[in-house]
Amino acid sequence: MEKKKTKVKDIDRRIYDIKNELNYSFKTDSGLTRDIILDISREKNEPEWMRDFRLKSLEIYSQKPFPKWGADLSDLDMDNIVTYIKPNTQMKNDWNDVPEDIKNTFELLGLPQAERESLAGVGAQYDSEVVYHNIRQELVDMGVIYTDMETALRDYEDIVKEYFMKLVPPTDHKFAALHGAVWSGGSFVYVPEGVKVDIPLQSYFRLNAPGAGQFEHTLIIVEKNSYLHFIEGCSAPKYKVNNLHAGCVELFVKENATLRYSTIENWSKNMYNLNTKRAVVDKNGTIEWVSGSFGSKVSMLYPMSILRGEGARSEFTGVTFAAKGQYLDTGTKVVHAANNTTSTVNSKSISKDGGHAFYRGLLRVSKNATGCKSTVSCTSLMLDNESKSDTLPIIEIDNDNIDIGHEAKIGRISDDAIFYLMSRGISEEEAKAMIVRGFVEPITKELPLEYAVELNNLINIELEGAIG
Amino acid sequence: MFENLLTINNLKVSVGDDDKEILKGIDLKINKGEVHVIMGPNGGGKSTLAYTLMGHPKYRINDGDIIFGSTRINDMKTHLRAKMGLFLSFQYPEEIEGVTVEEFLRTAKTAVSGEQQKIIPFKKLINKKMEDLSMSEEYASRYLNVGFSGGEKKKNEILQMSILNPKLAILDETDSGLDVDAIKIVADGVNKIKNEENAFLIITHYNKLLEYIKPDFVHILLNGRIVKSGGIELANEIDEYGYEKIKNEFAS
Repeated sequence: MEKKKTKVKDIDRRIYDIKNELNYSFKTDSGLTRDIILDISREKNEPEWMRDFRLKSLEIYSQKPFPKWGADLSDLDMDNIVTYIKPNTQMKNDWNDVPEDIKNTFELLGLPQAERESLAGVGAQYDSEVVYHNIRQELVDMGVIYTDMETALRDYEDIVKEYFMKLVPPTDHKFAALHGAVWSGGSFVYVPEGVKVDIPLQSYFRLNAPGAGQFEHTLIIVEKNSYLHFIEGCSAPKYKVNNLHAGCVELFVKENATLRYSTIENWSKNMYNLNTKRAVVDKNGTIEWVSGSFGSKVSMLYPMSILRGEGARSEFTGVTFAAKGQYLDTGTKVVHAANNTTSTVNSKSISKDGGHAFYRGLLRVSKNATGCKSTVSCTSLMLDNESKSDTLPIIEIDNDNIDIGHEAKIGRISDDAIFYLMSRGISEEEAKAMIVRGFVEPITKELPLEYAVELNNLINIELEGAIG
Repeated sequence: MFENLLTINNLKVSVGDDDKEILKGIDLKINKGEVHVIMGPNGGGKSTLAYTLMGHPKYRINDGDIIFGSTRINDMKTHLRAKMGLFLSFQYPEEIEGVTVEEFLRTAKTAVSGEQQKIIPFKKLINKKMEDLSMSEEYASRYLNVGFSGGEKKKNEILQMSILNPKLAILDETDSGLDVDAIKIVADGVNKIKNEENAFLIITHYNKLLEYIKPDFVHILLNGRIVKSGGIELANEIDEYGYEKIKNEFAS
C-alpha cells in the first residue's frame, strides 16, 4: 500500500493578518541613538529620573554582547527597527471613542466581547501606546489600580520608581537593556492587601506597524493576602521585514498572595520575540504561570520565579507550537531561595514541518534553602521527520535536603495511534489533530476559555489545513 | 439482492523492510448473516489479514483483491473503509492521552454515520451500551484506553463496535487474555449486534469464545494460507489435537 503524505497547509492567519494603514502622530527614526531616546522621553513628558534611566540603559545596551546561545539573531538588524510609534489617538476609556480601524482590529480579535462577558478590566495596546483601558468601578472602589504604564508613571510615580526594572535590571541581558532604553506602554496593576479580584484582568498587545518594535512593560504588585488573575494576549500581522518584541514583565507577589499570569503569544512569523518575564514570591505566596507560545519566527522566553519567602510556591504550565520556519526556544527558570519552597513545571511542545522547539529550563536551589520540593516534566511531540525537538533542563543544587522529580520525554506521533483512530472513520488529519489536542489537553484546561478555544482552533488549522 | 459482503481473492501481503511475504494467497467469501472464525498458530498471518483488511499502511498488497460490497478497497484509506461499514476490534488497542472515550466515540459516530451526534442523546446512547457491557459510567470520561486493564480495553472495543454498528466486524483475538466472565460479556455483545444484515470475522486461538458464539464457518490459517475450512467440528478437532496434526498434514 502506498504511503500517502498528508498535505498540511500553512496556518490561516486571516484575522491576525489584517493590516491597517499607518496612521501615527509621532514616530522615531529607525535604529537606536541617544537622540531617539531623548525624543521618546520628551514625547512622553517623563520625569527626569526616567529619562536618565533610559539613557543609562542605552549605554548598557551598547556594551552588552548578543547572547551566544539559543537562537540565531544575526538576521535581526536593530538599525532597521523603529522603536517608537505613537498611534494617532489619545488613550480612551470608552470603546466608542477608539478610532474605527483600531477598534475593528480588536473587535475581530474578540477583545470587547471578552470584556463584556468575562473580564473585570481590559487594556489594549496598539503599536507603542495603550489606546483603551477600562476597569470595573467596584474594583476601583476597593483600591485596585489597573492602568497603562504612562499613566502609572504620572499618577503613581513613587510606586513605579520603587519597583520599575528592579526585578529585571537593564544589566540582566542585552534585550533587557534595550527594553530599559525604549520601553513604551504596557500595564500597571496594583492589588491592595486582602483584596481578591475574582474575575480576570486582560491586556492585549497588537503590533501593527511593519519593521517596528514593541517594548511594553508590565508591572504587577499583589499585596499580602490578595488574589489576581491577569491575562495577556499578543498578536501582529505578517510583514516582509522583521519585527521585534522585547517586552518586560515584573511580578511582585507578597506574603500569602496568589497571582495567576496567563499569556498567549501568537505573533506573526516575522517576529523576533525576546521577552523577559520574572516573578518574585514572598512567604507562602504563589505564582502560577500559564504560557502559550505559538507565533513568531524566533522566540527566547523563560519566565522566571524567584521563591524568596519561606513556603513560597510556583507552578509553570507551558505549551509551545513550532511550525515551518519557526525556532522557539522556551522554558522556565525557578530559583528556590528559601526553605520549604515548592515548584512544579509542566511543559509540552509540538513541532511540525521543520519547526524546531527547544525546551530550556533552569532549576536552582540555594545552599541555605532546605526542605524544598520540585517536580519537572517536559514532553515533546514531533509530527514528522523534518521537525526538531530538544530538551535542556539544567539543575543546580547546593544542598542535599531536597526532593526533586524530573521527567523528560521526546516522541513522534505514532502511526499505530493514527491507524487506530482512522479505523473508526476519523480522517488522518483529524486523527492527528485529535492526538495533538489530547497531548496538550492538560495545558488547554488551564487556559482561559477563549484562549483554549484559540489553541484548539490553531491546532485544527495547522493540522487539518482549514477552519471547520 | 447482494448477499455477499466480503470477497478476498488470492490475497498476497508482505510487511517490513525486508518485504517478507506473510499472506501467500488467501481466498475467502463472507456473506451477510454469517459468522466466520479464523484459527491458527502464532505467526500464521491472522493479524496480518485483519490489519490488511482495515488498511494499515505498513502492510503491502502484492497481489489479489479485497472486495467489500461491490467495491474493490485494496487502495482505499482506512477511515473510508470504516465509513463503508468495516470494523476492527484490536488485539492491542492504542492508548490516546487527553481524549475521552465519549468525545472520541462521538467524533467516530459522527464520521461513520455522516450525522452530527448531539451531546445529550449521544450520552444516553453510550450509557446504555456501557450498561449492557457491565462497564461503569466513569469510563466514558476517562482518556481512551489510558490505564485500562487488558479486559477493560477489550470491552471498550466491543463498546465501540456496538455504537458504530458495522456491516462487517473483524475481532482480532478479542478473547485472549480475558477470564471466562469477560469472554461471556464480549460474546453477549456480539450476539446482541448480530443480525441478518451484518457479518463477523473472528480471529481466535482458543475455542472458549465459540461456546458462546456459534460460527457458521471455521478456517485454519497456516503459513499464510487457509489450509482447511469447515464447521464447528474443525474447532473441536483443534481443541482436542492442537495444531500439530494439521501442521503435519500440510508440512510440504
